[in-house]
Amino acid sequence: MTAQDGARDIVLEAQGLVKRFGSFEAVRGVDFAIGRGESFGFLGPNGAGKTSTMRMVSAVSQPTAGTLSIFGLDPRAHGPEIRGRIGVVPQDDSLELELSVRLNIEMYGRYFDLPRRVLRERADELLEFARLSERADSKVDDLSGGMKRRLTIARALVNRPELLILDEPTTGLDPQARHLLWERLYRLKREGVTLIITTHYMDEAEQLCDRLVVMDSGTIVAEGAPRELIERHSSREVVELRFGTDTHDELHDALASHAERVEVLPDRVLLYVDDGDDALRGVHGAGLAPVSALVRRSSLEDVFLRLTGRTLVD
Amino acid sequence: MTAVAPELGWARWRRSWWYHATFYAQTWRGSVVSSVLFPIFYLASMGVGVGHLVARHHGLVAGQSYLHYIAPSLLATTTFQLGEGESLWPVLASVKWIRVYHAAAATPLEPRDILYGKLSWVVTRSFATGVVYTAIIAAFGAVQSWWGLTLPLIGALITLAFAAPLTAYAARVESDASFTMIYRFAFVPMFLFSATFYPISSYPGYLRPIIQLVPLYHGVALVRAAAFGQGALPAQLAHVAVLGAIALAGIAWGRVTMRRRLVD
Repeated sequence: MTAQDGARDIVLEAQGLVKRFGSFEAVRGVDFAIGRGESFGFLGPNGAGKTSTMRMVSAVSQPTAGTLSIFGLDPRAHGPEIRGRIGVVPQDDSLELELSVRLNIEMYGRYFDLPRRVLRERADELLEFARLSERADSKVDDLSGGMKRRLTIARALVNRPELLILDEPTTGLDPQARHLLWERLYRLKREGVTLIITTHYMDEAEQLCDRLVVMDSGTIVAEGAPRELIERHSSREVVELRFGTDTHDELHDALASHAERVEVLPDRVLLYVDDGDDALRGVHGAGLAPVSALVRRSSLEDVFLRLTGRTLVD
Repeated sequence: MTAVAPELGWARWRRSWWYHATFYAQTWRGSVVSSVLFPIFYLASMGVGVGHLVARHHGLVAGQSYLHYIAPSLLATTTFQLGEGESLWPVLASVKWIRVYHAAAATPLEPRDILYGKLSWVVTRSFATGVVYTAIIAAFGAVQSWWGLTLPLIGALITLAFAAPLTAYAARVESDASFTMIYRFAFVPMFLFSATFYPISSYPGYLRPIIQLVPLYHGVALVRAAAFGQGALPAQLAHVAVLGAIALAGIAWGRVTMRRRLVD
């Protein structure tokens, strides 16, 4: 961690955090600190240890080793108190499908010992926030996937949490539902709620996170702001070339002189360059004829590929 | 946000009890009608109908008409069915399929709060059912002692003795494959052979010790003794001890399996 942490109001801090299940080590000693009001992301493929980490930072599962401090408290000793100040949006919505939208919020609020009168008011507010006011009396079973997701977020906000933890918030949603959800999360962020988000979508991480860590096989392989990570680990632009053959491997040497770095994937070749158009002219000038060529800016996907040698979404 | 003050355990698990009660309040309608009509139909059919046949060939059963003899055991079998019915599939759904217990574990509730809340709710329902059944059994003339007032409590104990270990078991399995087997090879025989429909003395001597190993037998023996005000008190306390031990062991096991399932 950097020196600036001293000045920040730290909500959550982990040092050498380990989670083991029998002989399997899901999280292998990770360190991170999250400041108040920050929106912090965990980016990585399935099986990277994100969900295990989320369960520890939600004060639900206990770390096998390492130290964890949430709101300055030790979750081993203060689990219920910490969870009273956190909201959790799990990967699967885990809603009561037989009950109404409104009751799902009110009944969950009782777990936090909130009085019924308060819950009625909060349910109104949260239904408004989640744009579900018109569906308040519908059975959850009848909602669309995006609506269920928004209801799960509304439910997680019933105790007015200082910290909201979202595990893969938009997985399985269509683009429109995703954008509506992102927009709602921006609003929470503006209101000062600290967000922790896991995702395997790089565009989501770039959109939502002030800062993120890239996880792979239970470890953190990089940490920083999305732009910062891209600048540090990738070039400014990327040229994607498809040759329509299976001979991409042989092209590696031919292309190497045209780029800072060449990455050969099964279906395409990536050239990491400062100026894409310039590099593409060079490729054509050398007599190579790709079937298709695309020049784009570097993304977190490229960072991930650089750091792990694998693509993020298979 | 204000910090939540350190709380007593009971203050937390009553929130889970309330959750189940609210859920039931939304979905109770069908079950209440059947829980009043079923015992009346059952007693009319088995007690009056079969009882007529028994009276012609056999006379009284253990000093009672057949109707009176089987009426209390209906309370035992019903509270047994309530205990098992609320435990296997509903618990597996809550920890695996719909995962509402996982949602609860992300709140101030601890796994044991979720367990206690669930069990205490099932026991509450059993007690309420026991009150209704006791009244119906009394209306058929089968409650013949003031000990009959303990029938709803006995029913609650029977329910807990099944709900606690079965909840513990359901919280640890990965599929419902074993549930059907438990139904066929444990619940159905238990229902039929726990001296439910005739005295244990009807069995050959060598079978009786085996019947006495069946948990439900102890429940059936208890309700009958309470309804008729018969039987030595130490023997009844032994039945209570057997059911109570099973319930306590089930709760202890459930604390382990719930914790493993929800927070590991």
